[in-house]
Amino acid sequence: MTHETNNHYAIETRGVNLYYGNFRAVKDVDLQIVPQKITAIIGPSGCGKSTVLRSFNRMNDFVPSFRMEGEILFHGQNIYAEDVDPVMVRQRIGMVFQKPNPFPKSIYENVAWGARINGYKGNLDELVEQTLRDAALWDEVKDNLKKSGLSLSGGQQQRLCIARALAVKPEIILMDEPCSALDPIATLKIEELMRELSRQYTIIIVTHNMQQAARASDYTAFFTMDDDRAGLMVEYGETHQIFTNPRDQRTEDYITGRFG
Amino acid sequence: MNNIFTSPRSILAARHARGKFWRGVFFSSTLIGLIALAALILTILNRAAGLVVITDAVDRNSLAGRPLTELTRPELVTILQDHLTRTRLRTLERNNGPLDSLDEETLINLVMEQVVKPTIRKSYTLAETLFQRAAIEQEIAAMRAETPNLQVEFRSWLNPGFLTRSMSATPELAGVRTAVLGSLWIIAITILVAFPIGVGAAIYLEEYASENRVNRIIQTNIDNLAGVPSIVYGILGLAIFVRTLSHLTSGAVFGIQGSNGRTILSAGLTMALLILPILIINAQEAIRAVPASLRQASYGLGATRWQTIWHHVLPNALPGILTGTILAISRALGETAPLILVGASSLINKDPTGVFSFFTALPIQIYNWTARPQPEFRNIAAAAILVLLVVLLSLNSVAIVLRNRLSKRGT
Amino acid sequence: MQKELITHPPLADAGSIRAIHLKKKPRLGEMFIQGFLFFCGAVSILTTLGIIYELGKESLLFFQMPGVTLIEFFTRTEWQPTIGKFGVLPLVTATLMTTFFAMLVALPLGLSAAIYLSEYASPRARSILKPILEILAGVPTVVYGYFALTTMTPFLRLLFGDQVQVYNTLSAGLVMGIMILPLVCSMSEDALSAVPQSLREAAYGLGGTRLETALQVVVPAALSGIIAAFILAISRAIGETMIVALAAGAGPNFTFNPFLSAETLTGYIARISGGDVAYDTPDYNSIFAIGLLLFGATLLLNILSRRLVARFREVYE
Repeated sequence: MTHETNNHYAIETRGVNLYYGNFRAVKDVDLQIVPQKITAIIGPSGCGKSTVLRSFNRMNDFVPSFRMEGEILFHGQNIYAEDVDPVMVRQRIGMVFQKPNPFPKSIYENVAWGARINGYKGNLDELVEQTLRDAALWDEVKDNLKKSGLSLSGGQQQRLCIARALAVKPEIILMDEPCSALDPIATLKIEELMRELSRQYTIIIVTHNMQQAARASDYTAFFTMDDDRAGLMVEYGETHQIFTNPRDQRTEDYITGRFG
Repeated sequence: MNNIFTSPRSILAARHARGKFWRGVFFSSTLIGLIALAALILTILNRAAGLVVITDAVDRNSLAGRPLTELTRPELVTILQDHLTRTRLRTLERNNGPLDSLDEETLINLVMEQVVKPTIRKSYTLAETLFQRAAIEQEIAAMRAETPNLQVEFRSWLNPGFLTRSMSATPELAGVRTAVLGSLWIIAITILVAFPIGVGAAIYLEEYASENRVNRIIQTNIDNLAGVPSIVYGILGLAIFVRTLSHLTSGAVFGIQGSNGRTILSAGLTMALLILPILIINAQEAIRAVPASLRQASYGLGATRWQTIWHHVLPNALPGILTGTILAISRALGETAPLILVGASSLINKDPTGVFSFFTALPIQIYNWTARPQPEFRNIAAAAILVLLVVLLSLNSVAIVLRNRLSKRGT
Repeated sequence: MQKELITHPPLADAGSIRAIHLKKKPRLGEMFIQGFLFFCGAVSILTTLGIIYELGKESLLFFQMPGVTLIEFFTRTEWQPTIGKFGVLPLVTATLMTTFFAMLVALPLGLSAAIYLSEYASPRARSILKPILEILAGVPTVVYGYFALTTMTPFLRLLFGDQVQVYNTLSAGLVMGIMILPLVCSMSEDALSAVPQSLREAAYGLGGTRLETALQVVVPAALSGIIAAFILAISRAIGETMIVALAAGAGPNFTFNPFLSAETLTGYIARISGGDVAYDTPDYNSIFAIGLLLFGATLLLNILSRRLVARFREVYE
């Protein structure tokens, strides 16, 4: 395995340091995301896991003081290179947020909008139906496509947000604690959906829920905070190995609840 | 240990008494505000209606022995022909068309204007009319002894005629049509100019501007402009729009002759500059209130900045922006000082025909009528104020309804 | 630190992933829009520059006229530009007097109404009282001028007799105070409401009464916000035109008697420009000199006020 075989990984980070102003939020992350698998990022709050996730599709660009060092490679290209358009990056790397945030538009429009602005030429109706099916929401909303996305329950809203992301045909879907605002049943549905989606998509999920990481992911990266409050990656491996046979004492402390 | 606080109970009573007293003071202050508002409204209502004593140059009932309203059209025409010179009649026909072709209402008006020529001898306020009836009747009786053909009527100075008539030097024949049209023209230009620029500036500051010197200066500058007295904007309008750009604002570049820069266009542009800072600040607040999660969702789908703004930020900020705009417009409608500077003239009785017309405006009429000593002008000033207040009040109601309806639609 | 690479078998379809383009394309439409929006923001700068340029240019002409000096401008007590008397003091004193009377009304009443609304009134009472006070703020100033002339002045004459002239600074000032009251009230109330609830609870917890809490804890904590409101109120009073144009009097008069007529800075501008004032006359240029004075004074006060508000926000937000 060498660094040159870029296409092997969905995303590869090299020596990534993330800053807010003078504060280094995350340091020295070297992480390789395996395509068409689910990778979970876990760790205590404040360890920078969301910051890392958001740097994968340049959502941090909107934080004025944000700065990054290192490289984040996607298809062999550093997405932070001078000549890369963040809009193009986000078309390829979609995102689902912590709190369901459907647009205050109809369910149909929620799904169709992203495809439309990205110049989708095909049949929108078909796309909407297919995408809603993929997001396991079709049966629940097919008679009410004109209703506002905000009229759905929390879990449905989140699946709508996933459908919305799928409609743009990304390769990677970033999920930032997608279940933290949902009840256990809705959470279970999202997890099943993730499993289904990982046949086609690469999924990276940040979660504070260790059971969720253990249940739903293939690979797990464990982050924690260093003495200078900068987040760092302690251990990364197959989920089974991380949870049953962690190599690092800090990982073991965290997953067995002895953290802090 | 308790006794280090000497006689706590008596002190407590005093403290509570003081509290009660001040509570009363605070409440009264609020009440004074309300009383002031009530006094303001009552002042205006008081002057806007009441008894008037009128004398006719020619007694209106003596013309045909019957009230004018019972006369037929030919009879009215005859009266006009009997009492007016030939030249006068020709002028009338030139302005209004042949007398035979006029309807009854117009004829009655002509008879009143040209023949009866009522003059108001005395007008009473609404309060006097209601509460000092006896004194008034005594006074009228005394006047009757001198001049027999007195008409006494209850008059609402705000009446349909007042709304549809143009400016006149006699208060009972004056109206606000020209002024209202002038105000509407000015506001139309103000909106056309200020709304796109104001919203554009707000979008720039909220969605594009990064933290740098230029943008900080723009923001500070807008905040400062919002506090500049309106009369200074008037001076600016006089110097820039009326004088420097007079070719443009007089319409000379478009081939309009014999005009100068004191036009509706100058007034509208001046007002636009005046409300721009307020409009920007209101629109900024509305845009800031759009949740960041919506923007993120949009960017997360690969939308560009403008796509995000156009499809998500603006539709969601629209109720707030419109409300803010309406409030800014009501400010512009009531502004008087800048219009004085850019050359509003209360003597105008020709309706404005376009942006290069000279103009008067509703607040200008109010100002001029108020400034005159005759009480009848105070009466029509009050009526004009009522017109202005009703317009402002309806605008504000529209703003509230709009805000409620649009904010409901989102959820 | 664990830095080992994750190994996994190469995916069968790894090569089939579309060759992708992430390079920036010039988005001309977006650039054009951004340019237009920047222009919109810059209009405000142009406005300010326009104000400063025009006021400065014409004022310069004013001070270049024979017989006009800055010293004379600020020390002489007669103002008749057409006959060569250029002492602005009578206009300034009239402005200060109307402003003073306005503050006499607006500051105490506005602040104590704000204390009532913020510290005493029930949410229901507040939801009724506040909009009513806001109506007061929405009434055009020319209407207040009417009110001063037709109600306040007769009322003052009733109280003080005929020594009160038909036009006088007291009436204009008092009515201006009513006009500014809502501004003081709502800004002060904002400042009071921004004081954290925990501070009030702390005071109650020590056995403070509502009054003691309000006056000795909440008001001092909100002080810079309240002072900002006061300063803005002064600036508003100095710049107010229609009330004084209608009720304070036409014609400069160097006097401190509140019952006499006297013309303010703004009143002078309104009167002189009311007719068709000819360009490049002493009258015309004097408008700009006085405008500059007004602009400078109100700008200073506004900046001071906003500084105070900003400092207040820093503490509590």
